[in-house]
Amino acid sequence: MTETTVVTDAPSKGPSGRAGTIAWLQRYGVYAAVATLFVFNAAFTPHFLAADNFRTQLVQVTPIVIVALGMALVIGTEGIDLSVGSVMALAASLTALYLGYGAPAAIAMAIAGGALVGAAAGALVAVVGVQPIVATLALLVGVRGLANVLLPQLREFSNPTLVALGSDSVAGVPIVVLVAVALIVAVAFLVRRTTFGRQLVAIGGNRAASRLAGLPVRRVLLSVYVLSGVLAAIAGTLATSRLQASDPTSLGLFMELSAITAVVVGGTPLTGGRVRVLGTVMGALLMQLLQATLIKHNLPQSWTQMAQAAIILAAVYAARERR
Amino acid sequence: MTTQTARPAPSATSAPTSRERAGRLFQRHGALVVLGALLVVGTLGFDAFTTPANLGNIATASSFLAIIAIGMTFVVISGGIDLSVGSLFVLGGVLAAYGSRHGAVVALALPLAVCGAFGLVQGLIIARTRMAPFIVTLTGLLGARGLMLSMTDEGATTYLVEDKVFAGIGQGALFEIGYPFFIMLVILAAAAILLQRTGFGQNVYAIGGNEDAAALMGVPVARTKIMVYLMSGLLAGLAGALNAARLSSGVTILGIGLELDVIAAVVIGGTLLTGGAGGLGGTIAGALLLGVIQNLINQIPGLSSSFQQVVSGAFLAIVVITHRVLGGIRQQDT
Repeated sequence: MTETTVVTDAPSKGPSGRAGTIAWLQRYGVYAAVATLFVFNAAFTPHFLAADNFRTQLVQVTPIVIVALGMALVIGTEGIDLSVGSVMALAASLTALYLGYGAPAAIAMAIAGGALVGAAAGALVAVVGVQPIVATLALLVGVRGLANVLLPQLREFSNPTLVALGSDSVAGVPIVVLVAVALIVAVAFLVRRTTFGRQLVAIGGNRAASRLAGLPVRRVLLSVYVLSGVLAAIAGTLATSRLQASDPTSLGLFMELSAITAVVVGGTPLTGGRVRVLGTVMGALLMQLLQATLIKHNLPQSWTQMAQAAIILAAVYAARERR
Repeated sequence: MTTQTARPAPSATSAPTSRERAGRLFQRHGALVVLGALLVVGTLGFDAFTTPANLGNIATASSFLAIIAIGMTFVVISGGIDLSVGSLFVLGGVLAAYGSRHGAVVALALPLAVCGAFGLVQGLIIARTRMAPFIVTLTGLLGARGLMLSMTDEGATTYLVEDKVFAGIGQGALFEIGYPFFIMLVILAAAAILLQRTGFGQNVYAIGGNEDAAALMGVPVARTKIMVYLMSGLLAGLAGALNAARLSSGVTILGIGLELDVIAAVVIGGTLLTGGAGGLGGTIAGALLLGVIQNLINQIPGLSSSFQQVVSGAFLAIVVITHRVLGGIRQQDT
């Protein structure tokens, strides 16, 4: 897990044969799996291609996609952020508490709260030097508690702006989906086209070398965790606006696992040094499609979890470094 | 593994500085000291705290977490992590309640067999394919929860414990302390001997310290890892079975997220997540500490149980920061 070698992109052997197949699977496996499930559903699931169903699926997957974007950045630096689910809950609490000052103020407070938690995680990791898994574990436990202390029980609301954010559509596309698409584009741009993105990947590839090369390691790490916190808070606010209720007890529960799954299945290695934004989105879509397929065919939730486990295992097995 | 346990001394001499010594002392005995301090605070501040019934209650309630944490300590010292224990705890409880209709032996054997098998398979995958323990046991978490849900009609069915002998193991008490606590003590003694006095224990430390070096020295890396995850699975299943006996039913919702409490107890107890260092005494102190914090917060009127999470999280953060600042240990090569 702590191996710090930079992953080389192409396998050393020729592109043909077994190594080639594995390399192909690593890169495009998640796209192929999504396509396969899509074709299967189009053929065998009634109403799958209906616009309503499409909208539902996309709306349901948005929180995972948004959280997974931040998680992909963190994992790219060879870190992990377990606090994202609790940050969603905190965002729900803050939204409810500050709704009296209007929806924009409430959303701003929720995002500020997420940024603050992210800054705490980043400070623990980058400045104090605590392992990411321990630092964010402490925040997972503490922030979920804080969210519950701030808002002890579920609170429904009817603020028209916030309700509209969760349930309205523009040209047939739900606003939450539009927000998610905008965030995907922004994060993809950040990773591919900015110095910050380059630095992030370099630090994940080899932290010591990056520091020696003069990269601002601490600042980049700190920013990455803040970004993850902000994205989780946005996801929490959107989920809250869709539910039309703040539910700090159960909102975002196990979100960290879903997000990590989406990132890993999408081909971003846990060893850092590489971020696959589109792959991450596909990973989230794959899990959503899988769940929808099993439910539509009357298979129980428990099957989904076992299937999910098998897919993660297969994806990581395919992606593991060979010696 | 890029971290070394044997920390190179900053000065040329081998004598550790006072700061290092303080760090090491804190790492080893910090949880115990804080536990003692909290017990004093509880005694002075709350009349109901030091009653035998309350103390016995804390000990019994903490023993399930402690049993799982013993297995987790082995895993973490070996440089791994086991996220599946919370799910295995719940699965073990359901299996025990399900099996109790066939007598106490089946009620104990069934969870041990199934949860042990989960641990064994996880160990095999981790040892043979060198996939990250984090991911492998994450799939174990999902798989075990899925199996539990499919056994209980998606969590709707709660099996009741139907065997009196088996229920007695969980509910009986001696001096107001439940049997599970004494079972935990026996396991602790056996585990301590295994970790400190046998070649297997030394191998666990060696693998966590430097896996490649251990392999070169002829330590059976794969076998040791498999054993460690097998133990963790068995102990999680046992804790689940005991908890089911105590509650008289295989509850399907308890234990969600328990793996995080267990890891917190291990880390608070001074075992490093980087592997190669730590011990069981601290882990038990860490588990009891979490139990005392919860109990104390319940004694304060007006504080909800969610406040306990805030305190636990903050406490965990303080512990790791102190570890780092005192410099007794190196969590990461920076």
